[in-house]
Amino acid sequence: MAHIQLNDLRKSYAGQEVIHGITMNIANGEFVVIVGPSGCGKSTLLRMVAGLEGITGGTISIGDRVVNDLEPRQRDIAMVFQNYALYPHMSVRENMAYGLKIAKMPAAEIEARVAKAAAMLELEPYLDRKPRALSGGQRQRVAMGRALVREPAAFLLDEPLSNLDAKLRVQMRLQIKDLHQTTGQTMLYVTHDQVEAMTLADRLIVMNKGVAEQIATPQEVYMTPASEFVAGFIGSPAMNIFTVQVQGGEAMLPGGHRLPIAGLPARPEVRLGLRPEDMEVVGEDVPGIPVVLRSVEWLGADAFGYGTIEGSDVPMTLRLPGATAAARGQRLRVAPVEGRWHLFAPDTGKRL
Amino acid sequence: MDNGTHSPLVARGAARTLAHLWMILGVIIVAFPVYYVFIASTHSVQTILRPPLPLLPGSEAFENYRAAFSGEINRIGGVSLWRLLGNTTLIAVGIAVGKIVISMASAYAIVFFKFPFRMACFWLIFITLMLPVEVRIQPTYKVMVDLGLIDTYAGLILPLIASATATLLFRQFFMTIPDELLEAARVDGAGPWRFFKDILWPLSLTNVAAIFVIQFIYGWTQYLWPLLVTNSNEMNTIVIALKKMISFADADTPWNLVMVTSVLAILPPILVVVLMQRWFVKGLVETEK
Ligand SMILES: Nc1ncnc2c1ncn2[C@@H]1O[C@H](COP(=O)(O)OP(=O)(O)O)[C@@H](O)[C@H]1O
Ligand SMILES: [Mg+2]
Repeated sequence: MAHIQLNDLRKSYAGQEVIHGITMNIANGEFVVIVGPSGCGKSTLLRMVAGLEGITGGTISIGDRVVNDLEPRQRDIAMVFQNYALYPHMSVRENMAYGLKIAKMPAAEIEARVAKAAAMLELEPYLDRKPRALSGGQRQRVAMGRALVREPAAFLLDEPLSNLDAKLRVQMRLQIKDLHQTTGQTMLYVTHDQVEAMTLADRLIVMNKGVAEQIATPQEVYMTPASEFVAGFIGSPAMNIFTVQVQGGEAMLPGGHRLPIAGLPARPEVRLGLRPEDMEVVGEDVPGIPVVLRSVEWLGADAFGYGTIEGSDVPMTLRLPGATAAARGQRLRVAPVEGRWHLFAPDTGKRL
Repeated sequence: MDNGTHSPLVARGAARTLAHLWMILGVIIVAFPVYYVFIASTHSVQTILRPPLPLLPGSEAFENYRAAFSGEINRIGGVSLWRLLGNTTLIAVGIAVGKIVISMASAYAIVFFKFPFRMACFWLIFITLMLPVEVRIQPTYKVMVDLGLIDTYAGLILPLIASATATLLFRQFFMTIPDELLEAARVDGAGPWRFFKDILWPLSLTNVAAIFVIQFIYGWTQYLWPLLVTNSNEMNTIVIALKKMISFADADTPWNLVMVTSVLAILPPILVVVLMQRWFVKGLVETEK
């Protein structure tokens, strides 16, 4: 077990920089999730920590060692791959034991560790099977077990659940969470799935185009997104974000509606972000945003209304109570819950 | 609806019968000369020389084979049948194993290592495909003479073991190995040698078996090169010996023994195919990588 330090970490492929300087301290035992859209550099970052990708600039330390020039096996890490990468010709037992065998661990100790991991992952009945005779979920667990037996300083996981069906994914997510709690391992976990990210992480790195847009707890990321990108990426349905004019301390919305917003900056324009779940229906005499509904999706406990701000074509998503009578074509007047709005600079996208 | 489900089956049945007939015809055409060789090896020279040759085995089988193995061949060609079989086996196995070792090593380097001029190496190997033994035979012969390898097993084997074909086959196979498998092995602490020994080699076994069979037969049937590089009868292969046994005059040729030798020249390749077939079938059933 160990802490991990990334210091201005950079990566270029053929002169093209894809990771633009990431600095972060991961505490011992912390569960950090790297989340972001496809192609933003999540895997590259993880693979640099693993030692599978060279480092163009900056340093990585695991424990108190700078590991920049160390081979993966010298870094004391274990990795779980998206496609599991099990050795097809080895049994489950051999797959798990292989790394320990190379490390020349005594056979009895290997046996004990494999047995322990197999028990933890409920793999005992399958120890003598080959990977091809296992289901996707079982293979995934073998991949976890192979990492677990190493008792490494850190666990690196690259989208380990993305090849599973939805139900199994939820199950494995909980199992990984349990595993983290019982082993107290430092974990670095890559996903593009925000539910996985929010539920698993002690802290999140939200990445966009090779930049860490925000490094914070899931609550912070949700409540105070550091940039327009983070605001739009985390939360489902996505936050409504549009440009408003600042006039006399009030926001002038598209369609000419006025909305009093506290703390508007002294600039002519600002990007206003409102989460669908942070708005409530208000009466006609209260300042608010009139929304014309285009469609309503009823999900049981609640419903999502999709429409536009009246007098404009700016889209607006609302989360409505499940008992709502709202229907297509209807006009609703909504106002944000006090304080639950987000302001971003139009040029930089940074939070104001 | 009923017609719709049945007619394709009927059509397929007819097509299958036709395909079978066609294949049986093909087998007969290919197998008949071989059968004839076997039949001839069971008759006396007199019977063979007096056409037509019977289509059924004769009574001289035991006598012919006994004679061939107990010195008759030695009397004709100056070298025993055992020695011929031994030489040829050694050369065929040497060529097959040598080709596998060399081509696996080159393919491993080209696919899994990044080094300067990697692609140049690949293309150089590729280009040698265009230069079969016959084309480079004269310089190769000169090299063998200078190295004093005439009439040695090394001289018979070494020039034939570089193989662009096998290298390309292994390269194609290695490229189907997912990168993650190599990376998982690296994280597990396997160096290049262990990755080869523990992972790549076991996964390659069916390919190795296939290439072994092909190259064994290639080595077994070599004619031109052994003819050039050996002078002494002691170093003859069975194919060369066969040629030497045949005189210009039909009547001087001990056809019954020639046929026995032919049968014995055919048997080992067949044996290798049959024995190795187990591996192919296994490889076909266990397709997953
Ligand atoms: N070997 C490579 N050579 C060149 N570019 C690469 C290579 N690997 C990744 N990239 C680029 O780096 C960026 C980040 O890739 P990756 O880390 O795989 O993204 P993610 O895992 O977030 O989907 C992408 O734009 C990708 O095209
Ligand atoms: Mg990725």
